[in-house]
Amino acid sequence: MLNSELVRILHVNLTTGESRVEDRSDLFRDYLGGTGVAMRLLDELVHADLDPFDPAQPAIFAIGPLTTIFPVVTKTAATFRSPLTGEYGESHAGGHFASALRYAGYDALAITGAAQRLVYLLIDGDRVEVRPADAMAGMDTIETGRVIREQVEGAGHRSILRIGPAGERRVRYAGVNVDTWRHFGRLGLGAVLGSKNLKAVAVVGQKHMALPADSRAYKKTYAEVYDKVLHTDAMKKYHELGTPANILPLNELNALPTYNLRQAYFGEAEEISGEAFAEHDLITKRACAGCQIGCIHIALYRRPFSPGWEFESTMVAYDHELIYAVGSLLGIGNRDGILHLIEEIDRLGMDTISCGTALAWATEAMERGAVEPEQLGGIDLRWGDVKRYSQAVAAIARGDTELGQWLGQGEVAAARHYAGQDYVVASGGQGIAGYWTGYAHVLGHLLGARHSHLDNAGYGIDQKLEPYSDEAIVDRIIADEAERIVQTSTAICLFARGVYDLETVSQALTSVGLQRSVDELRAMGQRVYWERVRLRERLGFQARPEDLPRRFYETPTPRGRLDPARVAHLLELYQARRAAVT
Amino acid sequence: MPKILTAPAMARCIGCDSCMLACARMIYNSFAPHKSAIQIRSRGGAMGRMAANICTACSEPVPCVEVCPTEALTVRAGGRGMTYRKTECISCHKCVEACPVRVIGWDEEESKPVVCIICGKCVGHCPHDWLAL
Repeated sequence: MLNSELVRILHVNLTTGESRVEDRSDLFRDYLGGTGVAMRLLDELVHADLDPFDPAQPAIFAIGPLTTIFPVVTKTAATFRSPLTGEYGESHAGGHFASALRYAGYDALAITGAAQRLVYLLIDGDRVEVRPADAMAGMDTIETGRVIREQVEGAGHRSILRIGPAGERRVRYAGVNVDTWRHFGRLGLGAVLGSKNLKAVAVVGQKHMALPADSRAYKKTYAEVYDKVLHTDAMKKYHELGTPANILPLNELNALPTYNLRQAYFGEAEEISGEAFAEHDLITKRACAGCQIGCIHIALYRRPFSPGWEFESTMVAYDHELIYAVGSLLGIGNRDGILHLIEEIDRLGMDTISCGTALAWATEAMERGAVEPEQLGGIDLRWGDVKRYSQAVAAIARGDTELGQWLGQGEVAAARHYAGQDYVVASGGQGIAGYWTGYAHVLGHLLGARHSHLDNAGYGIDQKLEPYSDEAIVDRIIADEAERIVQTSTAICLFARGVYDLETVSQALTSVGLQRSVDELRAMGQRVYWERVRLRERLGFQARPEDLPRRFYETPTPRGRLDPARVAHLLELYQARRAAVT
Repeated sequence: MPKILTAPAMARCIGCDSCMLACARMIYNSFAPHKSAIQIRSRGGAMGRMAANICTACSEPVPCVEVCPTEALTVRAGGRGMTYRKTECISCHKCVEACPVRVIGWDEEESKPVVCIICGKCVGHCPHDWLAL
């Protein structure tokens, strides 16, 4: 809570419809908020012996002590048992959700149980209601948001999480749409909400929260951070071309996964580069509440629908990972095709990266004869064929074909079923992010808590680390993830990590009366890192070299073709670090 | 001609809320963007356009001043908009209802209106320079 050292949790049980508020000083003392608090609450509430879809399993959301009251502190951390991997699930999203929760008066939301019928949850300050959502069954994410806006007051101070039909049907990488443009994308939180019959969560935050009596330090620190955000180069990349600035440099390095990672160079990369999108399609940028950068790049997707100059136009947000997953990875070299798939996948409520990696695997499997078009309702997948991919996306969300159903379980499950593990572009049970830079990326993705490039930036370590020794790689992956835990536990957007070094985080906390030294913050990050590893292990996480696909050793990286013996050695080193902290 | 607040380039708004947070923090001593005399909205959801609800500094007769039963709201020098003296306010809520553009907010905790004093703090916190005084 602002002006107190407490984490205020709103618990909602959808089975009984009851809610209660709990204040926890121990959580604040040991974890601050965000990632740390969400991880710890999951540890307390999760059932390691039960299925991810069991009603008893929790879905947890947590913000941090600096949420909205400092620039670019915009994130909510969600934790759950992942239906995609079966183990630890953590996903972060921006939008207005963190801000709405803050001014509704909560630091965390823990949802357990399952409703009898499709419902949505309204949290308007102290008022908590479970409302019927039968009318929204099967409705897409955009329309669901509109219907709820008709029912809930508070424009400008509200946030709406919602799932699409894919979440209702429990596609295992269904995501949660946050305020149209942002997502809890990865690891299947949308399917978890679907299993609870929870179509949406609307939060209205309109409480007043006074500054402390002496607010000089706070205002001064705010002004300093604001100045760094706006008037230095720390965040320039995200503001200008945005994350798609990565497409061309990665391609030049031979590090852009293409055609299901049969190669890491895409001949049509120029067409789908951040520069091309900015020049031809970008119409506006948007920001999360309290962020001055506005990294959300929005394209106008305009297409004719009949002769006589008839057009339909929609707005679609694009990012590097999406351009990779439904672009280069599928051999799609035209921007309209990419925008079409992004929009369709988002409306149906799936994670675009996982949908792309599943389709890439399926395309290669079909080419090899491991699966047949008949198993996907007659859709004969071909690299670069947007129309067929669009049909396949719908088939996955509907789940009415044999292969569509398997692809909805994720490509790792599908590959196991159809004996296509050698060419599945995934590790830790989840498709990889859009980089093919070397050992640190592969290791970081496997070991990272979210199986994400964002956990530890292995792709950056590959590009910069010298000497590139095994010890240095392993130590950097652990150290970077531990430091990022400090930032994500204060709920700072990782795009602002160049602004918020630990010194700045410490100053910001201290300026609002929450004394934390740099050493204390660093120690917290390291402690939470290993606590989270223990929780992941309890939920079934294992890091085994035999789970990495053969494809990873076939396609060269800028650090050369990966050597299985070296990967095994890196994992041994990691296990030794792990054993030392038990 | 007195200064007035305008939003001449609203199409540049990214919806970052910095202006609201600045008004709350620097004028109303609050962390909360609800306690701000400028209010940013999306119209038609996030896919719609962004809109700013701001004091338009009405010409005389100034509606909020007209209904004020005390001297809390008076016409600003130059004949447009108002000045606000909190000490004179009796919390009658009439100004909120009288505002033709519905931008006078209400502070539930203090039972006082949230009015724009046309100070320009929000202007200085717009990263895209769409606000102007």
